[in-house]
Amino acid sequence: MLEWIRQLGRGGFGFFEKLGRGNLFLLKTLVGMPAVLARPRLLSAQLLSVGVLSFLIIAVSGLFVGMVLALQGYNTLVDFGAEESLGVVVSLSIVRELGPVVTALLFAGRAGSALTAEIGLMKATEQLSGMEMMAVDPIHRVIAPRFLAGFLAMPLLAAIFSAVGIYGGFFVGVGLLGVDDGAFWSQMQDKVDVYEDVLNGVIKSLVFGFVVAWIAVFEGYDATPTSEGVSRATTRTVVHSALAVLGLDFVLTALMFGDT
Amino acid sequence: MKQTKTTELLVGMFVAAGIAALFVLAMKVSNLSTFTQTDTYTVTAHFENIGGLKVRSPVTVGGVRVGRVAAIDYDTQRYEAVVSLELDKKYDNFPDDTSASIYTAGLLGEQYIGLEPGGSPDVLVDGAEIELTQSALIMEKLVSKFLFSKAAEGGQSADSP
Repeated sequence: MLEWIRQLGRGGFGFFEKLGRGNLFLLKTLVGMPAVLARPRLLSAQLLSVGVLSFLIIAVSGLFVGMVLALQGYNTLVDFGAEESLGVVVSLSIVRELGPVVTALLFAGRAGSALTAEIGLMKATEQLSGMEMMAVDPIHRVIAPRFLAGFLAMPLLAAIFSAVGIYGGFFVGVGLLGVDDGAFWSQMQDKVDVYEDVLNGVIKSLVFGFVVAWIAVFEGYDATPTSEGVSRATTRTVVHSALAVLGLDFVLTALMFGDT
Repeated sequence: MKQTKTTELLVGMFVAAGIAALFVLAMKVSNLSTFTQTDTYTVTAHFENIGGLKVRSPVTVGGVRVGRVAAIDYDTQRYEAVVSLELDKKYDNFPDDTSASIYTAGLLGEQYIGLEPGGSPDVLVDGAEIELTQSALIMEKLVSKFLFSKAAEGGQSADSP
């Protein structure tokens, strides 16, 4: 019994210790940002692997999410004779919620796990210690560019997801189901607000990008330097990112749209 | 060297695609293009009851959108709602006996203000007030009116024979 309570205490300490390490690590990474800006080559190489190579999966997912939303929304709306509102349904749900959230989840799976595995493996093969021996700060050289690339790529990917998704909804709604072309766009433009909806979606995606990139690089840097440790860290990145994104989404939604 | 050039090209294309997507969201999907009214002038109107009218609701004349509701307030002197209407400068020749009514778009749609121009030679200027107004139709009031009139009829027909 006493042993069980002690274990609980140890678990609690471990949790707060990790949280503290994560925050200190974030602080060091942010302090290392000017070093990245001095070497934009490092950043562009990371943007390629994090952003450009995630482009395809994000665009294809966005297309299909938009198409499915249009199909489902049409079936419900047609009962009320309100199928002209399809554009509003599709665009609001994508711009406000699905765009940032689904992009962040895919981004955590596609790019976050890769970041963790790469950094964890660098640590396991003692490349990071090697850099320190050569008086190169691995946080400046390895961590900060990856973090910044993740933070910058995420809002762009979310915007691409949203735009492609709305066109997917347009193809299915107007092309396949015969909703009126003009009504689809004009009702959408009437109901979607630049600041209320689009800007808040972008803010969401910025927050998610920050959190996912932070979790990914921290888990990699904090991984136990064995092959098992790296695999565990990669799993943790995906799980923790998904939980953090979904939880934060609720908080952000309550803050942004809760008062109406 | 060639490697970094390709990288830069791809990253540049990616960033451009992201910004283009944001631009599409702002211009095509949302109402930025319809809401960049440059010059407006404000007139006010008192209503007994505004129903479900909201700030930013449209103001139309003959179905054409000419402005929007800028603010809604309550006048404690007259016990009526005060609505400020922001009208586009392009449409600045409404007669000053124009009347304003609150309508509902469709059966379940949102409410908007419809203006109907009168015949006065003077025009509405900035800060003027629209005197002739008609309140929103409140469903419960209509139903209760109808029920009361029905009940009154029923009472009469029971008495008469």
